[in-house]
Amino acid sequence: MNSASEKKGKRPIIQVRDLEARYGEEVILNQVTFDVYDGEIFVILGGSGCGKSTLLKHMVGLIRPYAGQVMIDGDDISRCDTATFHRVLRKIGILYQGGALFGSMTLAQNISLPVEEYTDLTPEAIVALVRMKLSLVHLNGYEDHLPSEISGGMKKRAGLARAMALNPKILFFDEPSAGLDPVTSAGIDHLILHINKALGTTMVIVTHELQSIFTVAQRVIMLDSEAKGIIAEGDPEFLRDHSSNPTVRSFFNRQAEDIS
Amino acid sequence: MAKSDHPQSWNFEVSDHFSGGIILHLEGRMDAASAAPMLHRIIPLVKGRSIRSLAVDLKEVTYFDDFGALVLVELRDTVTRGGGEFALENVNEKIGEILSILNFEATQERVPFADKRSPNVFSRLGEGALRHLSEMKFLTSFAGSVFLALGHILFHPRSLRRDDTLLYMQKTGVDALPIVGLISFLLGLIIAFMSSVQLQQFGANVYVASLVSLAMTRELGPIMTAIIVAGRSGSAFAAELGTMKVSEEVDALFTMGFDPTRFLVVPKLLASVIVVPFLTLFSDLFGIAGGLLVGVFMLDLTAGAYIAKTVETLALFDVYWGLLKSAVFALLISWIGCFRGFRVAGGAASVGQATTSAVVSSIFLIILTDSVFSVILRYWG
Repeated sequence: MNSASEKKGKRPIIQVRDLEARYGEEVILNQVTFDVYDGEIFVILGGSGCGKSTLLKHMVGLIRPYAGQVMIDGDDISRCDTATFHRVLRKIGILYQGGALFGSMTLAQNISLPVEEYTDLTPEAIVALVRMKLSLVHLNGYEDHLPSEISGGMKKRAGLARAMALNPKILFFDEPSAGLDPVTSAGIDHLILHINKALGTTMVIVTHELQSIFTVAQRVIMLDSEAKGIIAEGDPEFLRDHSSNPTVRSFFNRQAEDIS
Repeated sequence: MAKSDHPQSWNFEVSDHFSGGIILHLEGRMDAASAAPMLHRIIPLVKGRSIRSLAVDLKEVTYFDDFGALVLVELRDTVTRGGGEFALENVNEKIGEILSILNFEATQERVPFADKRSPNVFSRLGEGALRHLSEMKFLTSFAGSVFLALGHILFHPRSLRRDDTLLYMQKTGVDALPIVGLISFLLGLIIAFMSSVQLQQFGANVYVASLVSLAMTRELGPIMTAIIVAGRSGSAFAAELGTMKVSEEVDALFTMGFDPTRFLVVPKLLASVIVVPFLTLFSDLFGIAGGLLVGVFMLDLTAGAYIAKTVETLALFDVYWGLLKSAVFALLISWIGCFRGFRVAGGAASVGQATTSAVVSSIFLIILTDSVFSVILRYWG
């Protein structure tokens, strides 16, 4: 954690402090503390069942923490009132695992929904904007398709276009490459890098795809189900080669852990 | 975005160029919040005036994203439509990159989103007919697979999913008993009350018992029960199977070697056919009880006389006939419910549609079949 706070000149945009997550009586995460800096690509990783998705749900306010704080751009979403929470929600966009597109709407309608709601643009301008958003994710020409008519990778890209509809400051990705072929998955990684560079969007990505981690991640935290918290933090390549923790090393080197 | 809510987050200035065109100097943030007001104020300055050229100077722009690009696209289109020329100046590296990702040069064509429906009335009529035809085809093949599955179970009774069947018997039958009972009771009450007003004029009070018992056992008992079951269980079958279809659970069953019809449809179908006649019997009883209440408290009949008249009027055939009808209704309800569920494709909206149409078509079929039964009885009985 110290290496992170040494990053000078970078403003933390998300601060998680002593977060404790529980499902019923079961403690999933305990004493989780970290920062995400403005404009960086931050990856949360770990094996299955380590609480990655739980952490993500806490960071976007879908679940309120049992204890601790989640600050987004200065507002504590674990405690703030509804109006503040809604203001915070407009700063974030989320790409859900399956895209979570509304099945009864075309791609264009899916994307224009938040734009119509939160801006005063004319319908013609919105049409042009939706075109741009779709061309950004290489889905030109699919405006009038329903989500059920396109492939899984396309759904994910369309979901990304919708998450980015209002150009949020922070984009959250839940397993962006899950269920995709390597080429499509690499395409999504490329898109993430591109958007991050062009718009300076902060990216928080939950994944366990090593390839993806080494391509996009600038900084990672690794969660562990036994420790119920962070067991490593820093640059992924450094962790792979120099981590003192055997669990971390075997994760990065794709070695089977001794199960006995 | 938050910062740009500030009224001073952007500004512009227009100056004349020596070549006769104008230069638009933009400054500040070009984002989601500023795009609409920017367009609102700048477009009227450009529109309607035949401007020979418009150069947009982006030197002072501090933030630029695709909403900014949208402003430029709108400006460019307005100017070029009037025959003018459009140019960008002082495009820094970052803005250049955003414009190149967005294919700024190529976004010239402005076709509105296509309407998916074909515009021609005849082709739409044809499409509709074809759709219905394929629906009929599926309906027939579904009926076939249901019969096959039933036949299989007849010869291999062990392959019936007994627990599921019992569960559906409970859901369709036992759980529906309170509402069926209440509605039938009230129905009996209403019939007795309405008919007593007329019959009292002739001093024929006691015939209220005959009327209520015949109406309930032959028609209203089976029909009301069937309609309630269609609303409660037919819709549930459609929604359940529809959701399973959407989440690929039906495909999973199929690839695991199960016959989805045998696995999912037969238990529901058998459960309904077994349990709905019983429900109907209860409905008959509650209806008669409702009539009895009116008879005793409003028509000065004794309970004994009322019951005696009921027994005298009713033949066992009437009860059996009603129960036979209700078994057929149950078959229709579960068949249509499952059929609609299997027809679901796409997402949540499709599940809702299937549920609606399961209930509507069940009720329609119930009434239709009931009239067929009436005709049969007329010529046979």
